[in-house]
Amino acid sequence: MSIKVTKLNHIYDKGMPTEQAALTDVSFEINDGELVGIIGHTGSGKSTLLQHLNGLLKATSGSIEVGGVEITRPGVSMVEIRKRVGLVFQYPEYQLFEVNVAKDVAYGPRNLGLSEEEIDQRVREAIALVGLDYETVKDRSPFELSGGQKRAVAIAGVIAMRPEVLILDEPTAGLDPKAHKDILNMITEVHRRTGNIIILVSHNMGDIAEIADKVIVIDSGKVVTVGSPLEVFSQGELLKSVGLDLPPITEFCNALGIKDTVLDMEDAVGKIVDLIKE
Amino acid sequence: MIRDITLGQYYASDSLIHRLDPRVKIIATLLFIIELFIVDNFIGFAICAAVLAIVIAVSKVPLSFIMRGLKPVLFILFFTFALNIFMVKGEVLWSWKFLHITREGIQIAVFMAIRLVLLIIGSSMLTLATKPLSLTDGIERLLSPLAKFKFPSHEIAMMMTIALRFIPTLLEETDKIMKAQQARGADFESGGLLKRAKALIPVLVPLFVSAFRIAQDLAMAMEARCYRGGENRTRMHEMKLRKRDFIAFILMAAFLAIIIIEARMF
Ligand SMILES: Nc1ncnc2c1ncn2[C@@H]1O[C@H](COP(=O)(O)OP(=O)(O)O)[C@@H](O)[C@H]1O
Ligand SMILES: [Mg+2]
Repeated sequence: MSIKVTKLNHIYDKGMPTEQAALTDVSFEINDGELVGIIGHTGSGKSTLLQHLNGLLKATSGSIEVGGVEITRPGVSMVEIRKRVGLVFQYPEYQLFEVNVAKDVAYGPRNLGLSEEEIDQRVREAIALVGLDYETVKDRSPFELSGGQKRAVAIAGVIAMRPEVLILDEPTAGLDPKAHKDILNMITEVHRRTGNIIILVSHNMGDIAEIADKVIVIDSGKVVTVGSPLEVFSQGELLKSVGLDLPPITEFCNALGIKDTVLDMEDAVGKIVDLIKE
Repeated sequence: MIRDITLGQYYASDSLIHRLDPRVKIIATLLFIIELFIVDNFIGFAICAAVLAIVIAVSKVPLSFIMRGLKPVLFILFFTFALNIFMVKGEVLWSWKFLHITREGIQIAVFMAIRLVLLIIGSSMLTLATKPLSLTDGIERLLSPLAKFKFPSHEIAMMMTIALRFIPTLLEETDKIMKAQQARGADFESGGLLKRAKALIPVLVPLFVSAFRIAQDLAMAMEARCYRGGENRTRMHEMKLRKRDFIAFILMAAFLAIIIIEARMF
């Protein structure tokens, strides 16, 4: 499974006075099993891009290929695409509606027309995967959970559909540090277990540097640069010019006068020890 | 798409119509609606349409934008047209089994359709060319004489302000929730009426929850800023009638006179 986006354009309200180009000639490729981070200023078009990847928005022009299927062609079954590509929206807890957690998580799998046993098994698995205890949460109302737990349940609702590509739009926005860490661990855990493509939008550069294999930088609807975290975060000036920051640890090492781009704690410790020895 | 609903929307521009006092525009709209019901022949409708066309041209609101607002009410339009054309008794022109079309029926159906279209466009001009806040300010001022009879004019205006303010927010919210449920395999388009109604539950429940959350936050924010209703409240922008508003009144009176005379004559 791989994803290929070619010259994708999207214009909102085309032909209206409020017409606005949200994506302009966006092209990139994602290889099988990659964990991809998308970063960009608010309003740069990240959410618009994600909604194209599972067919919720129609491209004005350009093509998207998911696992060899060109989903931008007319006549492609949207249900089939949504089965393959799972999208977790920003603040997904606002989509919860069922009387209890188990039923809410089961909503997606049920829409896929699976058997009751299959649904039950997937629900248990998904709830466990997001770090909740099935027995204690299954009968509780999703509305009485904590913010972090609600988010986890909402994510489980998409994971239970077993998509081949999992997309998360700012999954850690507005969470406390512990819930933030839990969600992040959950994402790496899902990636490790399934080996599927995961696409993650985040404003936290530290997170992206830590877990992503590939980083896509977007500004005003255009792809500014694509590369490994090391390649992208060594272009500090470019990132600053599009309103983004470096990861704190990278910034810190830069301030100490370390020339190399440092992305993690271990590396930083080593470099600082070297610096002191000199 | 759900965002296409323009009824009640504001179109930002700096035209003469936009700058008129909201009270003038509210009165003009009410008068226009009354005039539409005084009129009972084609010349009268032509005059109304011409006046409306001039107002639209001066307001600089694009016609395509206004027409888009007509789409959702097209169904009601066809429905009333069909109802009138078949239900009115008179000189029969065409009939098939129990259906009869009469000369009077056609006339009434056509007049009613024209009336409805002009009515919808005319009243949407009010909201298209008036900021929601000044609109409700205007309503509050127009209703304020009733406050002497314990009529809660400020409260009503505030409720309308809040409702207008949150229409786009709730539409956006609905759009977001629908997309999120579609991503989970929801299907709003196929199936019978019952299946479609059931498919809306996953949208309506989160929407209500969101609406209550928004209402609670807003109430808290108003409370924190010591909102106490209309008593002793002063305003930042005092409404004042200017020369252009008086000219508008004169034109409105002339228009009304023409319509009444025309209706008498024919
Ligand atoms: N439904 C919509 N209708 C019109 N414009 C939109 C809509 N959604 C987003 N936009 C506009 O498109 C641009 C990109 O938005 P978005 O994709 O949400 O950015 P991001 O997720 O990076 O913050 C913004 O300028 C936004 O105002
Ligand atoms: Mg976004």
